[in-house]
Amino acid sequence: MCRHGAWEGGYMTRVVVTGMGWVTPLGHDLDTVWERMCNSESAIELIDRFDASSFPTKFAGQVRNFDWTKYVNDVSVHRSPALNSQFALGAAKQAWEQAGLGQYSELNFDRAGIYLGAGEGVLDFSAHSMIDTHAWNVEDGKIDSIAWAKFASEQLDAWGEVEQEPNMPLWHVAKEYGLRGPSFNCLTACAASTQAIGEATSVLLHGDADVMLSGGTHTMLHALGITGFNRLTALSTFDGDPKKASKPFSRDRGGFVMGEGSGMLVLETLEHALERGASPLAEIIGFGSSADAYRITDLHPEGRGPAAAIRNALSQAKINPSETIEGKPLIQYISAHGTSTQENDSIETKAIKHIFGENAQKVPVSSIKSMMGHLIAAAGSVELITCIMSIQTGMLVPTINLDNPDPELDLDYVPNVARKAQVNCCMSNSFGFGGQNNTLVVKRFDE
Amino acid sequence: MSSHDEKVVISGVGLITCFGVGINPLWDAMCEGRTGLHRIERFDPSGFACQVAGELGDEEFNVRKIVPKSHRKATKVMCRDTELAVGAAANAVENAGLITAGNSDETPTIAPDRVGCHIGAGLISAELNELGGALVNSKREDGSFDLTHWGAEGMQNLSPLWLLKYLPNMLACHVTIVHDCQGPSNTITCCEASSGLSIAESRRVIQRGDADVCLSGGAEDRVNPLALYRQHCTGRLTETDGSGEMSSVVRPFSDTANGTVIGEGGGIMIVESATSCESRTGIPWCTIEGIGCRQSCTDSPLDADSQTITSAINRALDEAKCSASDIDVIVPLGSGIKQVDSAERDGLTAVFGDALPSIPMITTIPYTGNCMAGNGAIGIGVAAKAIKEQMIPARLGADSTVGLSAGTCNAKEMNINRILLVTPSEGGQCVAMVLGRVGT
Repeated sequence: MCRHGAWEGGYMTRVVVTGMGWVTPLGHDLDTVWERMCNSESAIELIDRFDASSFPTKFAGQVRNFDWTKYVNDVSVHRSPALNSQFALGAAKQAWEQAGLGQYSELNFDRAGIYLGAGEGVLDFSAHSMIDTHAWNVEDGKIDSIAWAKFASEQLDAWGEVEQEPNMPLWHVAKEYGLRGPSFNCLTACAASTQAIGEATSVLLHGDADVMLSGGTHTMLHALGITGFNRLTALSTFDGDPKKASKPFSRDRGGFVMGEGSGMLVLETLEHALERGASPLAEIIGFGSSADAYRITDLHPEGRGPAAAIRNALSQAKINPSETIEGKPLIQYISAHGTSTQENDSIETKAIKHIFGENAQKVPVSSIKSMMGHLIAAAGSVELITCIMSIQTGMLVPTINLDNPDPELDLDYVPNVARKAQVNCCMSNSFGFGGQNNTLVVKRFDE
Repeated sequence: MSSHDEKVVISGVGLITCFGVGINPLWDAMCEGRTGLHRIERFDPSGFACQVAGELGDEEFNVRKIVPKSHRKATKVMCRDTELAVGAAANAVENAGLITAGNSDETPTIAPDRVGCHIGAGLISAELNELGGALVNSKREDGSFDLTHWGAEGMQNLSPLWLLKYLPNMLACHVTIVHDCQGPSNTITCCEASSGLSIAESRRVIQRGDADVCLSGGAEDRVNPLALYRQHCTGRLTETDGSGEMSSVVRPFSDTANGTVIGEGGGIMIVESATSCESRTGIPWCTIEGIGCRQSCTDSPLDADSQTITSAINRALDEAKCSASDIDVIVPLGSGIKQVDSAERDGLTAVFGDALPSIPMITTIPYTGNCMAGNGAIGIGVAAKAIKEQMIPARLGADSTVGLSAGTCNAKEMNINRILLVTPSEGGQCVAMVLGRVGT
């Protein structure tokens, strides 16, 4: 029975990236964000979207000065999109324009689909907390559902509640561009957008579409989101300069820093891209997916799930991780999941070493979460774009705040300063709360 | 051989609905024309315009009884949606005759890294008693909410693992742990289309060679004040206090249809490569012959679009290498939401033309309520059963549905080779699927 490597055996096409866009805490266009990352800048600041001054975590990577209305043709079509949909519209516009699809009149919209890894909309915590506390029946020790319904109808914005559904960004983006092909949204926590891009690639290889807009969008930067992660003790509670809080692979890393935003890519079959005269930016050559199937709160101590995802992605890409050419591994950069939690960074390092063996120390690995925080469902798409920018510019962005390396973690994490490098092939990891693991392999386009 | 051509079957069906666990309680009720809808009992629904739902009683299902001892502690961090998925998965695995870590210490039938898991989920609504009980500690004397107190102290009243209950991918997380599914796993969140899209993905994963078997489907609980309110906000719910005749509360495709009702439930199918099923001497319920997925671009995400439905169906028929005349039965969403019913009618008419009134339909929502992310899986499970039994169950709703065979009727035997399912969702996704009788 056919196991790994079926893509090459079963499909007659290749999938290329022809457009990219992002909205991140470091900026809202490719060049600005890239330049700031190359300059080792941090976007982590005190939260000002709500009063977080008493919260254990008071800082985050917050998208600022972003006006979604500049990225759509007709604002009224979108009514009042939630913040995640606003980010998605911004990133999608950049990707669509870079791909030149706005000027392409022959697009078959039934064969133009969308696959997002989008999170839920932003909960109106102010209204919900008021309603829940007012409807609380002290004597019964529970909510009075009749009172709750009354307060809810008075206080909640009905459309705002509809916008909570995780598939709403899908609708907004599809509506903006008239995409009528295959349409999916997945939400596998921090792994979602990597998974979306991998499965969108699979949709193209399967022959169900010519073009797929894919990526992720998410914000959990609201009082209940920060509460949830604070209670999990997953967030950093660093009490110094917020810009120093996200420190993947450091000995004193103390949890992740919340970010928000969106990354979008236009994926196409190679034939379709070439036929319309598009210039491929890179080619997606491998996707691996696995489940930890271990415990609710812990990763498998040997990194079984992440290692399987990496192994499967490299296998599909037909890359032998042990092989070198002129002393260099075939993967020249890994965009790490690199959350800055003790467990993740340790397990990810272990998984990379397990798969790459003696080559592991030769592959530069960095985490952009050190600079912009963790974009949760959107993280993987932004990190894949980082890989493609590395291929295009010959620069590796750093892991900042790596002044006190963990002696147990001994890979080349590109500490603190960007570096020049010849990069042809990269790998991007995303591992989600809940145990889903996804890895993509992308390479320089070569006809 | 190109794995792209690998035939994929449904080799196990696990359902959970207001009738209980398994396909049979639902099927029996449907054959008898007995609805499971009733006035909501889990909380007092008097403050809501729609007070009826397809609700599963606590006596019918206790998740602690069906998970291995090693996972019992973890049931404390399951929300209702996850409990439903875990229940349906256990039922499906048993139905398929699979040995997994969830039901035996013996060597599993399929190697864990060849078992995937794709479970559609919804926007999981917080249990208000849990959240409210924590929030109330930060209420000021004047009644306002003190966010400063919440940040400093109040949040400590929430369980440390509170957030993990409400991440949509926790359905798949628990199921993969219980059954040791280490292959690809995903969580599709596309409202009513979630289950069908999950099965589409499972099939693609199998065909590209990344798994031999997938636990696939969806589950959702909307019988919760917050979830009910969110559905109310869509304007899709009928108004009823639960005092009338329950069998006609939801009237799909009727001129008098005025909305749907919610439910809790869903289903997990064992989606398997035909080669794998044959090699373990499994018995497939049906084959998955074709799937079409499309997105509508209507002016409202709450509206369905007939052209999208037609396009999805045509794609599914193309993949199934069959024509409209080969379809014996149709399972539409049949929600009783007037605009959506109308789009379904128009979309189906464009494909089937004059033949449409003669093709019998199966509608599940009048029995179970709209279980959103789990709804499609219920339809797929019932369709698989109909193929197996060569029979369609009774229909509830309205007597008259002009131009469609969707009005009330009794169960009847019939020759069924292919069933078409179509599910347009809130948010505009649409999935169509052709299931076929094995060997035809």
